[in-house]
Amino acid sequence: MHVGFNLNASFAALSDPTRRAILSRLARGEATVMELAKPFEMTQPAISQHLKVLEEAGLIVQRVDGARRPRRLAKAGIDAMDQWLAMLRKALEKNYDRLDEVLAAMESGKETKSNRETKPNTKTEPNTKKRKKQ
Amino acid sequence: MNTMTMTKMTLKTEGDTHIVVTRRFAAPPEAVYRAHTDPKLLQQWLLGPEGWTMPVCINEARPGGKFRYEWTNGKGAGFHITGEFVELQPPNKIVHIERMHLPDPRPDNYIETRFDPDGTGTLMTMRMTLPDAQTRAAMLATGMERGMEASYVRLENML
Repeated sequence: MHVGFNLNASFAALSDPTRRAILSRLARGEATVMELAKPFEMTQPAISQHLKVLEEAGLIVQRVDGARRPRRLAKAGIDAMDQWLAMLRKALEKNYDRLDEVLAAMESGKETKSNRETKPNTKTEPNTKKRKKQ
Repeated sequence: MNTMTMTKMTLKTEGDTHIVVTRRFAAPPEAVYRAHTDPKLLQQWLLGPEGWTMPVCINEARPGGKFRYEWTNGKGAGFHITGEFVELQPPNKIVHIERMHLPDPRPDNYIETRFDPDGTGTLMTMRMTLPDAQTRAAMLATGMERGMEASYVRLENML
């Protein structure tokens, strides 16, 4: 389980609303510092500072176009974050799917001890998922 | 709302420092509570990704009691979580503090887990509180909950 430094930096970079807004803007296409500074009503140095954080976090890249240095989203960085999140969410979901089975086993264990017939109907309706191997 | 959404997990952020997870279970709170506090049961489900196991599950489920969970993927990788129970109200509530060791300890996560009766089943609500926004962001990449362009990332859909 290696949470790379970069991934931590990526998520930390997102904790700032301005930086999230910058990423939103860049999602629509590349932009220069000046273009980015305008809608945020911030000075160019302030924007540049945010861009530096995003760049170090691997979330944006810049290219050279004459005197211009337009920034755009760095696909690799965004994808890495995506994957990490998906993994985290999947791990949690997997846990709870397994817990469903543990609970079902607890319930059926209880039923064999008491009288199974008196139970009205074991609820098969909401959870019709097939049982997975233990 | 169809039957699929009845057990679907939700995961969302709240304020600057919280993460809230909900999930419904087709068993009463007594059973869900037990599955969250009995080491033998915990070792069957609290495992994360496929292929991981929890060889060490030490758990003193009483206020002030400590716990330690160790996971391994069987290929040399592993990590552990240590924590303390703050409050236990069987079968409806568990409050505990935990931290992940990777291997250095990460910041404390304060977690309140409720098990409320929901028909014949249980609605679980787990509310995590991280020390600050930065820590929460580092943990989950939250902050995606508003103001993001759909085109920006699929992150939003995942949270």
